[in-house]
Amino acid sequence: MADTVTPRGKRPQSRFTTNNIVLYGILGVMSIYYLLPLYVMVMTSLKDMVEIRVGNIFAPPVEVTFQPWIKAWSQACTGLNCDGLSRGFWNSVMITVPSVIISIIVASVNGYALVNWKFKGSEVFFTILIFGSFIPYQIMLYPIVIILRELGIYGTLSGLILVHTIFGMPILTLLFRNYFSSLPEELFKAARVDGAGFWGIYFQIMLPMSMPIFVVALILQITGIWNDFLFGVVFTKPEIYPMTVQLNNIVNSVQGVKEYNVNMAATMLTGLVPLIVYFVSGKLFVRGIAAGAVKG
Amino acid sequence: MSGQTRPVRVLRNLNAKIAAVPMILTTLVVFVGGTIWTVIYSFTNSKLLPKLQWVGTAQYERLWNNDLWNAAIHNLLFFGVMSMVFTIGIGFLLAVLMDQKIRFEDTFRTIMLYPFALSFIVTGLVWQWILDPGMGLQEVVRRMGWESFSFDPLHDPDTVLYGLLIAGLWQGTGFTMCLMLAGLRGIDEDIWKAARVDGIPRWKTYIFVVIPMMRPVFITTLVLVAAGIIKLYDLVVAQTNGNPGNASQMPAMYVYRYMFTAQNLGQGFAASTMMLLSVLIVLIPWAYLEFGGKKRG
Amino acid sequence: MTHSIQVKDLKLDFGSVSVLKNLNLDVAEGEFIVLLGPSGCGKSTLLNCLAGLLDITDGEIWIKNKNVTWSEPSDRGIGMVFQSYALYPQMTVRGNLSFGLKNAKVPKDEIDRRIARASEILQIQPLLDRKPAALSGGQRQRVAIGRALVRDVDVFLFDEPLSNLDAKLRAELRVEIKRLHSRLNNTMIYVTHDQIEALTLADRIAIMRGGIIQQLAAPQEIYNRPVNLFVAGFIGSPAMNFLKGATVDNGRAIQVGDVKLDLAGYDGGQPTDRPQAILGLRPEHLTIQDHAEAGHTIPALVELDEPMGADALVWLQVMGQQVSVRVPFERRPVKGAQVHLKVDISKASIFDATTELRV
Repeated sequence: MADTVTPRGKRPQSRFTTNNIVLYGILGVMSIYYLLPLYVMVMTSLKDMVEIRVGNIFAPPVEVTFQPWIKAWSQACTGLNCDGLSRGFWNSVMITVPSVIISIIVASVNGYALVNWKFKGSEVFFTILIFGSFIPYQIMLYPIVIILRELGIYGTLSGLILVHTIFGMPILTLLFRNYFSSLPEELFKAARVDGAGFWGIYFQIMLPMSMPIFVVALILQITGIWNDFLFGVVFTKPEIYPMTVQLNNIVNSVQGVKEYNVNMAATMLTGLVPLIVYFVSGKLFVRGIAAGAVKG
Repeated sequence: MSGQTRPVRVLRNLNAKIAAVPMILTTLVVFVGGTIWTVIYSFTNSKLLPKLQWVGTAQYERLWNNDLWNAAIHNLLFFGVMSMVFTIGIGFLLAVLMDQKIRFEDTFRTIMLYPFALSFIVTGLVWQWILDPGMGLQEVVRRMGWESFSFDPLHDPDTVLYGLLIAGLWQGTGFTMCLMLAGLRGIDEDIWKAARVDGIPRWKTYIFVVIPMMRPVFITTLVLVAAGIIKLYDLVVAQTNGNPGNASQMPAMYVYRYMFTAQNLGQGFAASTMMLLSVLIVLIPWAYLEFGGKKRG
Repeated sequence: MTHSIQVKDLKLDFGSVSVLKNLNLDVAEGEFIVLLGPSGCGKSTLLNCLAGLLDITDGEIWIKNKNVTWSEPSDRGIGMVFQSYALYPQMTVRGNLSFGLKNAKVPKDEIDRRIARASEILQIQPLLDRKPAALSGGQRQRVAIGRALVRDVDVFLFDEPLSNLDAKLRAELRVEIKRLHSRLNNTMIYVTHDQIEALTLADRIAIMRGGIIQQLAAPQEIYNRPVNLFVAGFIGSPAMNFLKGATVDNGRAIQVGDVKLDLAGYDGGQPTDRPQAILGLRPEHLTIQDHAEAGHTIPALVELDEPMGADALVWLQVMGQQVSVRVPFERRPVKGAQVHLKVDISKASIFDATTELRV
């Protein structure tokens, strides 16, 4: 073996190079920044007020108590009502469930019609719809108040559901349109030759093929509508305020002694639904948020 | 059904048109109609109720003479520029780090992105608590022995916007990181191979090759972030409610105040029209860049 | 003759772009028509118009002596087979075959009977309860053909059905389609960009370009007497050679460079004198020899050869123009040799250089 060639250049790097230390160092520090508030929220909500006053907000509780959670859920006061955040929670459920279902049905049919049943002007409407998603809601708030009042649903759950359906339409329609246009057009043609009509193709061909995108839409809408604050404030009355609005009223009310542990428990409770959706859905969540932004 | 006669155009594919009615109503009545309605009524002196009593541009003159509005615009500009620079800067940096074939990528992404799933109200409240001068971060550091340490951004008019920024970045950078990472992953693997063959160092490849190639991603992210900032409302309401003084007032809060509590609709309409104008200033050049050059196939 | 399909003055515009221009087509019952052309020529568009999947701008479409111009696709008595198979992925093969029949409210036992027959013809009985994802490409395309078959219609429309298959399967299914046609004897309109498919399958080929049918004729006719330069260049592989020249001596000869070729025996009558003519010669209609024959040969210089198995394609330089000749592999001349090309004028085509039409 006279001419064995020795490999030249650097050897493959081991795990502990300067580069890697810097890389994981930065990521670690950033992770602390991201995790800190969640940690503080949970820790604070498990302490009693005495411990909060004398202790350190970053320290874990010496004595764990679930009292703040119970109080936040069933006793915290907004104005004169002292039946806790549970009221807001159920309001949010009653707002979110129908809004999510209706907005997804409407938008999926829109997307399907826009891809497979183009009619004169359909692209124009779609363009306006997308531009509409960038218009500040503020400019449309009052006209919607008038429309809802004329329909007799201002300040009601149905009114807010309608508003969520309207403002969910641009992003969801875009989502479904992009998805349906990625399906082979020949499938649609084959179904037409087979004599299926608008609804037949939608329910029998498109729907069964589109479950992933429906899940993405579901994630997008549950978190979006659950987290809404502005529409809740503007279009509902105090008895049916969604959880976010009630939470803000509880925490930022000026009367009384601030109970930080209850406040943080209430904050955690409000964040729980989207957090659960987020952790369960994993990568689909990423796909959902990127769907509106990254176009084909 | 006869195949001989051309069907009336409106009736062709009737079901599809019926199905599109909600979309048509939304675009025409709410988006177009509502916007035009508000713009028109911004030229009236509507108080408690909208009425068509023309006052020309008086509402706009009042608006721009109003200290609260000017403060709000000033705050928005400052917060907006800072927020865009940092969201995009940090988002890109994190995306580059995440793109180094690291271990636990999914874990890091999950950690960075979870705040985005939360409500701005939750974000505002938790950061209000962490930045609480009496019991939060400042107090912790002082108790550790650094008695003179001072970090109380939320109660100082000069720094309150930084306090909002910390919370805003916490919520938003994970999202921009994801967009940027998708952009980085979308770059042809061969580009990297070519750069390696040419002996260009990685950091140089990022700056001179990758960043220019990602221009569309940067622009899209910028537009999304900008459009979000102009609407900024929930976070401020929860975290500072415009305080101290009016040092963290925002245009969206001004609109809400005049439309729904101060009962001066005309002012609210004028202010919201200005908000629309600012979005259009961002949006129109972008739409031109994005769609203007392309021909329809 | 009984008409199966008649297309009368069909026009289709997409906005300001005219995709199909005043197109006419008569298809006899049981005929196999292939629509052939480069991409973007309008062949698939025409097929989609026949199927009713595109609304036409003007004109009429008749199928089985019924005006179906505005009928729904499912009411036209057609079956269609697509390039991507277009099988419904969530349904079994049986579900795919029965979907259209259920929509048409065909009774259950009739559906079963038709599925049994179609799956027997196409030999897909063992696949009936599988999902499309579990099938190979060839099996999928059989099922797709089966879906047209169960409709029990007189007209089959094929939209590049074999393009997604590999070469071997393509050849197999091509034979299968031909066998199917001879068994069922129904009308078939078949779109392809593959001229081998066109030449092997068609009773008549319609060559399309720019939304116009350039020539509609039997394969041999198109091959031997292409109506214009485009058809001549499009059909045939390797492609036809074109030599610039001029017809002289009252059309009795064609002048190419300083050589005159005798036109006696030209299939197309005696052309008039044209200063700008193009002589079209297929590579297989030229022979290489080492001696000149006045009026029948052109001198040429051998440049290179491309072996193609049994044959070789020899590239020669003829008066500054490139010419290819197909010769048996072992008879290919050496590079750089000065040779003479013998022209079989009875198989040549002459085109007017300005109108590009065959004369």
